[in-house]
Amino acid sequence: MEPTVWKFIVRHSVRSQILLLALTLVSFPFLYLSLELPKIIINDAIDGTDFPRNVFGWELEQIPFLMALCVIFLLIVLLNGGFKFVNNVYRGTVGERMLRRLRFQLYQHVLRFPLPRFRRMSQGEVVSMITAETEPLGGYIGDSVALPAFQGGTLLTLLAFMFVQDPALGVAAIALYPVQIYLIPKLQKKVNLLKAERTRKVRKLSERIGEVVGGIKEVHTHDTSQYELAEFSSRVGEIFHIRYRIYLGKFFIKFVNNFIAQVTPFFFYSIGGWLVIKGDLTFGALVAVLAAYKDLSVPWKELLNFYQIKEDARIKYGLLYDSFQPPGLLAEALISSEPEQVPALRGELAASGVDLREEDEGEGALAGTLNFRLNLPGRVAVLGPSGGGRDRLGPVLAALRRPDRGSITVAGLDLLQSAEAVTGRRIAYVSQETHLISGTLRDNLLYSLKHRPALEPDTSAGSRAQEIREARLSGNSELDPDADWLDYAGAGVGRPEEIQIRAIEVLEVVDMQEDVLDLGLRGHVDPDAAPAFAARILEARSALHERLGRSEAGSLVELFDRDAYNANLSVAENLVFGTPRDPAFAIDSLAENPYVQQVLEETGLMGRFLSIGATVAELMLEIFADVEPGSEMFERFSFIRAEDLPRFRSLLTRCAGGDFDSLDAEDRVLLVSLPFKLTPARHQLGLVDDSFRDSLLRARRVFAEGFGDGSPPVDFFDRNAFNAGVSVQDNILFGRLVYGRARSAAAVGELVREVVEELGLYYAIAGVGLDYQAGIGGARLTPAQRQKVSIARALMKRPDVLVIDEATAALDRASQRRVMENLFAEFEGRTLIWSVHHASLAEEFEHTLVVDGGRVVEQGRFADLKRPGSLVHQLVESDGAG
Amino acid sequence: MTLNLHEQAELLRRVPMFAKLEPSKLKLLAFTSESLTFEDGEVLFHRGDTADCAYVIMEGAVDVLSDTDDGIVVATTLHANELFGELGVIANEARSATLRARGTLQALRISDEMFLKLLADNSDVALDVMRQLSLKLTRSHRQYEEAQRELSRHQAGG
Repeated sequence: MEPTVWKFIVRHSVRSQILLLALTLVSFPFLYLSLELPKIIINDAIDGTDFPRNVFGWELEQIPFLMALCVIFLLIVLLNGGFKFVNNVYRGTVGERMLRRLRFQLYQHVLRFPLPRFRRMSQGEVVSMITAETEPLGGYIGDSVALPAFQGGTLLTLLAFMFVQDPALGVAAIALYPVQIYLIPKLQKKVNLLKAERTRKVRKLSERIGEVVGGIKEVHTHDTSQYELAEFSSRVGEIFHIRYRIYLGKFFIKFVNNFIAQVTPFFFYSIGGWLVIKGDLTFGALVAVLAAYKDLSVPWKELLNFYQIKEDARIKYGLLYDSFQPPGLLAEALISSEPEQVPALRGELAASGVDLREEDEGEGALAGTLNFRLNLPGRVAVLGPSGGGRDRLGPVLAALRRPDRGSITVAGLDLLQSAEAVTGRRIAYVSQETHLISGTLRDNLLYSLKHRPALEPDTSAGSRAQEIREARLSGNSELDPDADWLDYAGAGVGRPEEIQIRAIEVLEVVDMQEDVLDLGLRGHVDPDAAPAFAARILEARSALHERLGRSEAGSLVELFDRDAYNANLSVAENLVFGTPRDPAFAIDSLAENPYVQQVLEETGLMGRFLSIGATVAELMLEIFADVEPGSEMFERFSFIRAEDLPRFRSLLTRCAGGDFDSLDAEDRVLLVSLPFKLTPARHQLGLVDDSFRDSLLRARRVFAEGFGDGSPPVDFFDRNAFNAGVSVQDNILFGRLVYGRARSAAAVGELVREVVEELGLYYAIAGVGLDYQAGIGGARLTPAQRQKVSIARALMKRPDVLVIDEATAALDRASQRRVMENLFAEFEGRTLIWSVHHASLAEEFEHTLVVDGGRVVEQGRFADLKRPGSLVHQLVESDGAG
Repeated sequence: MTLNLHEQAELLRRVPMFAKLEPSKLKLLAFTSESLTFEDGEVLFHRGDTADCAYVIMEGAVDVLSDTDDGIVVATTLHANELFGELGVIANEARSATLRARGTLQALRISDEMFLKLLADNSDVALDVMRQLSLKLTRSHRQYEEAQRELSRHQAGG
């Protein structure tokens, strides 16, 4: 990064700036012409004599001459506008390109920050710096050369004109310029300091906002919202005061400028007037000079204004530069270089002289340096008391932290100096802190394979070529984020299709096979996009139905049958008998739907609906009369919302005795909506009798047939078709669990799993589970699942070395053990380095490192290290006590 | 055989504790409760489970199991119209015993919120619950005294 904004402009946009300047200069003659032509038109064409005139060999009479001049005037005006347009657009483009470049550079620096930097720089600050603080710089950069050149040029021209008219008055016109040139930077300096302070305060504010949003639970847990509000208020108050002082300074400068601009005419009137009276100056000359001075004030004002903007930009850039140029910034090559060969990490690992301390930590508990040797591959446990540096070892081994002193070599290759193309592919590090990206489970697992785009993007033509050209002009990345970035070879799969199976396999390693199957069963699939999958689910459906027919569990499910009323579905669901594609047919709002009303009328059900509706309403009014309106009972049980109770009460008195004709359309909809909510198996009100069922079945047919052969707004339940509106599990089940049977969900779920197993559908359904949205930061997964996914993500790239830093702490003991055993099997022939919290776990490893005081104090076989009195012995003992 | 709301409300009235409730309250109770069917031998809840509901037996019987030195034995059997599981809900404690259906069982499951609300809103019911609990307490105290006497007799005899 360039240390000043001016150097940044010169380095990256000098050609554009020259072009902008040239554009400005070229436009001058036309600007002049557009001012000059009106004079010619009035003096020569309208007021003129001696026609015809000879214009470039044409003999023109007065009228044609006038018209010709007017046409030329019009053209010049157009041309002028055109110049302005091109100039403005180009200036904007240059500014935006530079802004894009600056943001890219800042972001790239963030990716190169040494990790400890992030302890002092919050997410909120970084966001505010890259987005908000850079914003005004773009506008300035576009203007940085052309504007002062243009306004300065204008100023000089006018001044020259004045000096030619009368040197004395010329001197008078600029007599106060030195005062301004001296005074204004002094005043501006104060404003500048305030602006820098304001920027810092705004950064702190962003940091606080980010902190509160991140820790919102703490705010509510400890009832600190009033404190946070007071804090916030005081911060924005401070910013207000700084802004206020900036305004005072800024507008005082304006005041001084304006005053000086008005004082000069004072000299003209007094001295100039005196000279005219004395006869030393002609009256005409004074008027001309006064007019010229008026013109002069415009560019001068612009220049002064530009000075303020320039100072502002200079400060903003300086502050950004200071924040983004921390000591220990990683060399760019570390993140960008692509070695010809990525060596496998096996052989002797040797750490020598590695200092685990952060730069600001003095002598202390970690004063020692790491010196040890290990043979890779191996299965290594790392033990040590807390505060002894055990937690610092992992990030250093994975080259996430790269201490200044010391080296960690594997077969002679120094990891601390190696590009991330090596360390980021051959080593994986998983800690207790999980970070998932917001996307699907699949996105999260495949993330570790996105090192470089696998295919050279086709840059020959089209919009992509345009994008690349533009990216190059702003020094941005030319790689295509939409290309295939997956490192299939790294994942150990031959063909891209196999990556999904591999992803499911790694989930098995972390003991998530049940979870991902579950997510898959709950997931939704578009049968048009996956016809083969849909067909297999239909097979599973018939297999399950056959099983249900044979077992007692059959009584736990009421299957969907187009020709039978389903007592475990609501009346609405029974009528629609499918899943709505169009929100107008949403199950909750059927009563309002005109088509549904028509079906009810046609099948003679409307009367029944109204009378059942009235009965239900009466019952609701009776039993919910004493329940207070805010109670969640209404929400959970009542068919009528608390606020609608009075309305129903008056409605019922109006239609007492079955006189529904007196009701208006809205009231009828209200009443009709009630029977739709009835589920006979659940609400045993005795209102749904056989004749009602028969009528409803007829209505179901009429409802479906009414749509003809077109595409209906409902995806109907069809025994032989996959329904996109319900989950995979419900597609297999194709029925509803019977209400009131305590263990039905578990028993039927068991059967579904058996069928899935038997038909070999596990991988297909788990594949659907991979599309589960993990939420922001994985919020839709449990903490244990998040940890497992981060381990699985590390496994995807098949690292030679996996460093695990207590990463299974959120798992229950049984699961922890299974994951450990699976990882042992998975890493047979590769290296697993595991920093363990419970010292006794080290027993399972071939080799144990004991870290304390920033050094490896002991290493060897766990059994040998555990002699009485040793550190390992103590660790095991205290572990048992805890 | 499932019962409709009115029949359920009528059955609830036969539960001594609910006898004095107004019909609308009984219907509300029936409407907001879940009518569950258990097969013979199916466990309703295990000792140590969270107490999230109380039950009323509509039809059938429930064995209360207790874990003794001689293995699991049926301590007592509950019958139709009996309320159970309310202790855990009131005390907000885990289940103190395991309950198992004897024969096919129809029971009404009253959620903890609903049950506590019922107590809070109806002093008659609350008083009745207290009375029943006091009875249970006296009874178990008497049993405890008997057991003590038995024990000392054994000790004296041995």
